Amino acid sequence: MSSIAQKKGFGAAMWDYLTTVDHKKIAHLYLASGGIFFLIGGIEAMLIRIQLMKAGNDFLSAGTYNEVLTMHGTTMIFLAAMPILLAFMNAIMPLQIGARDVAFPFLNSLGFWLFFFGGVFLNLSWFLGGAPDAGWTNYASLAIASEGHGIDFYALGLTISGFGTLISGINFLVTIINMRAPGMTYMRMPLFTWTTFVASALILLAFPPLTVGVFFMVFDRMFGANFFDVTMGGNTIIWEHLFWIFGHPEVYILILPAFGIFSEIFAIFSRKRLFGYTALVFATILIGFYGFMVWAHHMFTVGLGPTANAVFALATMIIAVPTGVKIFNWLLTIWGGSISFTTPMMYAIGFIPSFVAGGVTGVMQAIAPLDYQLHDSYFIVAHFHYVIVGGVVLAILAATHLYWPKMFGTMLSEKLGKWTFWLFFIGFHLTFFIQHFLGLMGMPRRVYTFGADQGWDLFNAISSVGAVFMAAGVIILLVNVVMTSIKNERVGNDPWGDGRTLEWAIASPPPFYNFAQTPLVRGLDTFWIEKMEGNKEGMVYAEPLEEIHMPNGSFVPVVMSFGLFVASFGALYNMDGDKGWTIPVIIIGLAITFGSMLFRSLKDDLGFHISKEELMRDVKGGKSDGLK
Amino acid sequence: MAHETHTHVRSQTEYEYIRRQRSKEMRGQLTSFAIMIFLTLIAFTAVAADFSPYLITPIILLLAAVQVVLQLYGFMHMSNKGHGMVAFFMFSGMFVAFITILALVTIVWW
Amino acid sequence: MDLNKKYTPQSWPDHPETATMEGKNKFIGFWLLLAAETVTFASLFATYLALKDKGPSGMEFAASNLFELPLVFAMTMILLTSSLTSVYAMYHMKNHNFKAMQAWLGITVLLGATFLGLEIYEFNHYVHLGFGYTHSAFSAAFYTLVGTHGAHVLFGLCWFIALMVRNSKRGLNMYNAPKFYLVSLYWHFIDVVWVFIFTVVYLMGVIG
Repeated sequence: MSSIAQKKGFGAAMWDYLTTVDHKKIAHLYLASGGIFFLIGGIEAMLIRIQLMKAGNDFLSAGTYNEVLTMHGTTMIFLAAMPILLAFMNAIMPLQIGARDVAFPFLNSLGFWLFFFGGVFLNLSWFLGGAPDAGWTNYASLAIASEGHGIDFYALGLTISGFGTLISGINFLVTIINMRAPGMTYMRMPLFTWTTFVASALILLAFPPLTVGVFFMVFDRMFGANFFDVTMGGNTIIWEHLFWIFGHPEVYILILPAFGIFSEIFAIFSRKRLFGYTALVFATILIGFYGFMVWAHHMFTVGLGPTANAVFALATMIIAVPTGVKIFNWLLTIWGGSISFTTPMMYAIGFIPSFVAGGVTGVMQAIAPLDYQLHDSYFIVAHFHYVIVGGVVLAILAATHLYWPKMFGTMLSEKLGKWTFWLFFIGFHLTFFIQHFLGLMGMPRRVYTFGADQGWDLFNAISSVGAVFMAAGVIILLVNVVMTSIKNERVGNDPWGDGRTLEWAIASPPPFYNFAQTPLVRGLDTFWIEKMEGNKEGMVYAEPLEEIHMPNGSFVPVVMSFGLFVASFGALYNMDGDKGWTIPVIIIGLAITFGSMLFRSLKDDLGFHISKEELMRDVKGGKSDGLK
Repeated sequence: MAHETHTHVRSQTEYEYIRRQRSKEMRGQLTSFAIMIFLTLIAFTAVAADFSPYLITPIILLLAAVQVVLQLYGFMHMSNKGHGMVAFFMFSGMFVAFITILALVTIVWW
Repeated sequence: MDLNKKYTPQSWPDHPETATMEGKNKFIGFWLLLAAETVTFASLFATYLALKDKGPSGMEFAASNLFELPLVFAMTMILLTSSLTSVYAMYHMKNHNFKAMQAWLGITVLLGATFLGLEIYEFNHYVHLGFGYTHSAFSAAFYTLVGTHGAHVLFGLCWFIALMVRNSKRGLNMYNAPKFYLVSLYWHFIDVVWVFIFTVVYLMGVIG
């Protein structure tokens, strides 16, 4: 199947990716499109920093600034950070648990294409009358007053991509529950798999409130419902609650996989078993659990009353405990280890102080009375960039270097990787550390300019210089990717030499069926155990070599997602009330979606089998890497 | 991974035994259904009888909860083996559902 | 998996819905979806409770003077009964009695369609009273909550019919048994949601 297609030209490769249900290729798709959205969000960030570089700048107009600001946040959270993490989950998690694919390969592809079309739809707003401009939180009081279609692009785009994320979440959960190799008990799962599990559970329970919230927004604007219209009895606080019931777990959906990635890195490059594995697992579960009980700390200044504020303040502070447990476990993993300072390890070490700084300012804001001072100031901006950039983005960059050989079969240059690290790390602190003080000096967030007499010039200028450093770091990473791909020096199973988990026991990239024989797991860090016992193959097997059942590729996910994309345009312009063509467009779009859904459920799709002979050929010919 | 499921052909005794088990289970389901209908009747009657809302509200909410338990554990077999994860996620969902509703009835208006 | 493999009641497994890996995956995955649906409906219920009886000043409609209990009672009985008939269908599925299963599913569909018809009648009635979707925040929250449930009923009916028609000539096998099982789970879940709708929206609405 896929191995044949790879020998053909560009068109065939393209078709292969459009129809693939292989988790490793879907990971490539997530990484590529998430990467492109990351660059778009990064350009938007640069525009913001250029505008704020000096007092009274007129580089962007006030309205454009609002759009850029909104799209920067929305793009980075929904279209960059989350998909790139989903890329690593897709690429690595099934390998770590010894599975041949995820539980629902078809839905995996559908999840990606829904995200993709949702993201494209959202970004098309730039060319179709203006982007959303009510902030990434899209508070209803502001959003229902917004003119043009920006808010509609936001609501419909996030609905589509939200469905995609929900599908991915369910898929990963079922994969981890049902598809673990023999011997892979829950308490032997690598930490990245554990964090994927908890993050997916959060996706499962957090995305529905967002979906309901954006549906209310769409209904208000499209059908004249009055959820948020106060004169008609509506209430905009409902949006804030629904958004943050989703929004706070969303933060943990982002940071938990990042924790997982760093846990892997600390163990690999300290050449030690993770210190306090059990504590790390339970801290992860606890963080996921508390994540649902703290959302109103985003709403302290709404006026929920002292009781509610006190309850949520307390719950928020409690979260610092399991997070602290994790930090100490990582430090004790490094302690006494035989450390190698590779690029991923440098990110991991840089992560600890950066994230602790973000966590400490977080606890400061959990103190509700103090939050009344800090709210809506640059202190908040500094805080969440310290946790998101200092946590999630550093993890993404670290994982890019760590897993690049496993995903593409070739190592990124360590030299350029370290350049990226230093530029990005210095730039990050330069940009955001000083924003704490800007906030304490009273600079409000989301303003498009400031006056020369306010004394914020120098600090803003320094902040903008830091952004240039970060941009330079990212550009070097891109150069690194291009150069590495041109050189294309193939690597073996365990290119870092110290891999501990199952993904390092098979070829880089793995064959499309991953494991010719399902492995038998004999403990935590199973590959390390086999290596230490001198097992050259790196695995013991749970079954003899037999024929393997694999799912068929399918083009239906693209069509299904495209149908919703089309219908969204109809829904969007239908709100104008004077366009007759919109109803047919909605009907055609939904017909495409539901038609392809019906086609999918009525047509039997039983997959295909790889014969034993073919597998034997692969294994003997040493052709078990995915690029044969 | 074996892709063909192992087929076990039951002996006549085994077969009759499992059929009896199933009819017994089905009688249990019928009892659940009778209880559900009965609880629904009580709820509607209580409201029609026009008692104090402070009395009726907790009662009908309780009756609804009992009905849901019957549906989940009877009709949807959540009491059967192999439903551990299912129960965990359903209860997590109910927990989030509960705090969502609690928040929107208590701290939206002030 | 072999579609043509023939089973007899003697060789049919105890739990055909989870006898294959695909079946197991679908089973867990669908329950997870139901957990997510629980939160979805909770958000709708929460919004309804927050916006109950809220509207423009001087609004003449309130939950206590709008809803008509006899109709709701009939709808409740019909949906509860349809839940039982789908239990019967699954009973016959486990006994590998395809014809009886199809018959009970047919009855379930008829009951579901009646329920949906009554709901449409009810909505139509309210709209004619002047309580339209755009009337107030209360009306929007009410129609969105109950309408979302109605949309689930409609989807369930389509799912039932699609499965019944698609498999009418092939009988039960290990490929479609999990599908029949899931749609019946879905149907019970719809009933669970309705239990809360008739309690929270209608009964608690009428007592004010």
